[in-house]
Amino acid sequence: MKLIFALLAMLPLACGGQASAGRVLTLTGSSTIAPLAAEMGLRFEAVNPGSRVDVQSGGSSRGIADVRAGHADIGMASRALAASEEDLTPVTIARDGVALIVHADNVVTELTSEQVRRIYLGEASDWSEFGGTSGPITVVNKAEGRATLTVFLEHFGLDSRAIQADVIAGENEQAIKTVAGTPGAIGYVSIGTAMVDREAGVTIKLLALDGVQATHQNVSSGAYPLSRPLNLVLTTSPSPLALEFIEFARAPEQNDLILRESFVPMAEKL
Amino acid sequence: MRRESGLKALLWAISMGVCALLVWIVADLVSRGTGPISLEFLMAAPRDAGRAGGIGSLLVSTFWIVAVATGVALPIGFFSAVLLAEDTHSRMSRAVRSCLDMLNAVPSIVFGLFGNALFCVALGMGYSILSGGLTLSCMILPILIRTMEQSLRAVPKEQRFAASALGLSDVTTLFRVLLPPASSGMAVGLILGVGRALSETAALIFTAGYVTRFPDNLLDSGRSLSVHIFDLAMNVPGADERAYASALVLVVILFVINSCVRLAARHFQARLAT
Amino acid sequence: MRTSLAIAPRTRQDRALGVVLRSSALLAASLIFLVLLFVVFEARGALATPGFGAFFTDPSWHPVDDGTGSEYGVLPMLAATLATTFGALLIATPLGIGAGVFNALVAPAPFALLHRSLVEILAGIPSVVYGLWGLVVLVPWIGGVSHSGQGLLAASIVLSLMLLPTITLSTEAALLAVPKEQLQAAAALGLGPIARARLVAVPAARRGIVAGLVLATGRAVGETMAVLMVAGNVVAWPRGLRDPLRTLTGNIALEMGYATESHRSALFVVGLVLMLCVALLVILAGLFGSGKNHSVSASGSAGR
Repeated sequence: MKLIFALLAMLPLACGGQASAGRVLTLTGSSTIAPLAAEMGLRFEAVNPGSRVDVQSGGSSRGIADVRAGHADIGMASRALAASEEDLTPVTIARDGVALIVHADNVVTELTSEQVRRIYLGEASDWSEFGGTSGPITVVNKAEGRATLTVFLEHFGLDSRAIQADVIAGENEQAIKTVAGTPGAIGYVSIGTAMVDREAGVTIKLLALDGVQATHQNVSSGAYPLSRPLNLVLTTSPSPLALEFIEFARAPEQNDLILRESFVPMAEKL
Repeated sequence: MRRESGLKALLWAISMGVCALLVWIVADLVSRGTGPISLEFLMAAPRDAGRAGGIGSLLVSTFWIVAVATGVALPIGFFSAVLLAEDTHSRMSRAVRSCLDMLNAVPSIVFGLFGNALFCVALGMGYSILSGGLTLSCMILPILIRTMEQSLRAVPKEQRFAASALGLSDVTTLFRVLLPPASSGMAVGLILGVGRALSETAALIFTAGYVTRFPDNLLDSGRSLSVHIFDLAMNVPGADERAYASALVLVVILFVINSCVRLAARHFQARLAT
Repeated sequence: MRTSLAIAPRTRQDRALGVVLRSSALLAASLIFLVLLFVVFEARGALATPGFGAFFTDPSWHPVDDGTGSEYGVLPMLAATLATTFGALLIATPLGIGAGVFNALVAPAPFALLHRSLVEILAGIPSVVYGLWGLVVLVPWIGGVSHSGQGLLAASIVLSLMLLPTITLSTEAALLAVPKEQLQAAAALGLGPIARARLVAVPAARRGIVAGLVLATGRAVGETMAVLMVAGNVVAWPRGLRDPLRTLTGNIALEMGYATESHRSALFVVGLVLMLCVALLVILAGLFGSGKNHSVSASGSAGR
């Protein structure tokens, strides 16, 4: 059995042993940022022959733990760093807005912050209170630790324990698919994700909050209040290649990738 | 007799129901997923986070991950199963069996974090196909061993007595007398194990990783097809159709692998049973 | 007379075989201890404060301290894990055993082959695909207009689909391994295929069927992704069929990627609780399974 194992291990090694000799940069962390970072990595490799960018997913906390332990050159965190993470340097490459969504058949188009508060606290439990068709409200919340939850709680001044949820979702797509399948549901997800899905025909609708539409422009201008930073995280002594990649990722030339992944590019000033 | 035919009807109904359910799920996959499938889809690496391009590189990575997993788990599993089947009631066998039952219930994400700590970090393999394959080999061992043990145990005692009476050595008895009749049951173990390995997501995100490049060697990180399906379905908006297409390809691959394993088992049985 | 291999080896080759067999089995068995060691190591922070007891005495699960202290109660999630496992076994056991019996003893050969291929494919479909099917097709159907449909019922159904292949295939394999002579003798007595199955084949294959059920129970307890997508994931004691609940594994998968320090360590304690409760099930199943005529009840107790 050891023979088989040894053979298996050596066979492809023999074919391509020299390939990893170049400069390799490893990014790990947030699954939200991973697809964007992977696309940036491809472009970076094309501009810098001989370099290689490996992007690994697994969650913001994994990125922070890995970069701290030296297992990764750059961490990815789709949230602001906590007080206990001051030893690391975050570099924001884009922002991501958070939109309230309901089922496409819902006639409600707008809610105020106070109304959202009452819905999530369980004080209001029927759509007729907000001008909708009468029917119970299914409250979709996010799991503990998610950046979208933190942003949501902070803006509405809610305590996570007080929230009366009917469903708790992990990923954005899970929340969207839940709302799309439940006519009486309300949830909140990344604006970009919601807009792309809406264009693809998913039966959801983005709500305006306090009269402000949930759009990229309004997030970018600061008019829409709910948003979170997408950060690349460095230690205090990053490798030259890591710094090179960070510069590359922040350059306006990469804005098309950011838009394509439906996030909000940073304003020109940086 | 009335009872007999009633029960028979019930069994027919159950299996038709199970079939219908399976056909429903597979048909759901086919109807949502045939759109993007083309030769280019099967050969190319993904582009634009998976919304364009194909799954070629992922097929290569998946192949190597499953090859490592079964290559390591199969021999260890086979020999363990032989011990458990032969030495059925010893304290050691009972303890081993309980350990394996517990291992079988460890959630895959814990396997993922464990594999990350052991293979990627402690043994220095990094995010790689090798780490992922080894993690999966730990994961599929219980199901491999349990099914193999059962099929070995089912070989009639008389055949063993006969072998023993002929003075055959243990090695000869094992490979010539016990293995052939047990091989079709062992194929089931292999099929379940490969199925589990192919369908695993959480354990691989933390070990084999997320990179979509064609792998050069086993120490490269490589995204498996199931990780890709998860990412497209849960993380990349507007990629549902491609998620279903990838799942459809996975189902076809699985069908081919299973048929091969069955054929091989039958061939093996026919050749050695004489 | 020697009836088993590797018990009293005669030649050097046989002795070598004995060593290989034993070391393989030991290696396989030691894996669980490696995993356990790793989990305990990662959980050490939360085991120190608030301590293991807090996980059973705290009323609810609020691991992130937002100024009012943290709570680490896992009992509702433990109950949820047991409820979904039991529900899934309740659905999958009769269907799986029925389909296995049908396939091995009743079905015409070409149909059996088709059926088997389908079931095998089912075994390899990623759990995320089941989850998607559950979320997009099943859940709206259960929920109707005014309800999400996510909860115990949806989770049990989706989970049972994932257990079906294990139960069906191991039942079938166990039945096919019953010596042909026994079945032929039964046929000679004038028993029809169903009576042969009921009176001869199933009792003879009992051990293999139970082993399949134990495997399936383990899988049900450990399954994550699919359950996560249809269970609703609200931390609550299981009440109605449509009320949402969160399983232990769902809790780990939902929060692990975003947990820091004490929260992360607490999630590993949840993993530890899960493994302990599986150990308990395995021991119980062993106790019941060792008595000759009680093997069938072993599966029942393993599910409860």
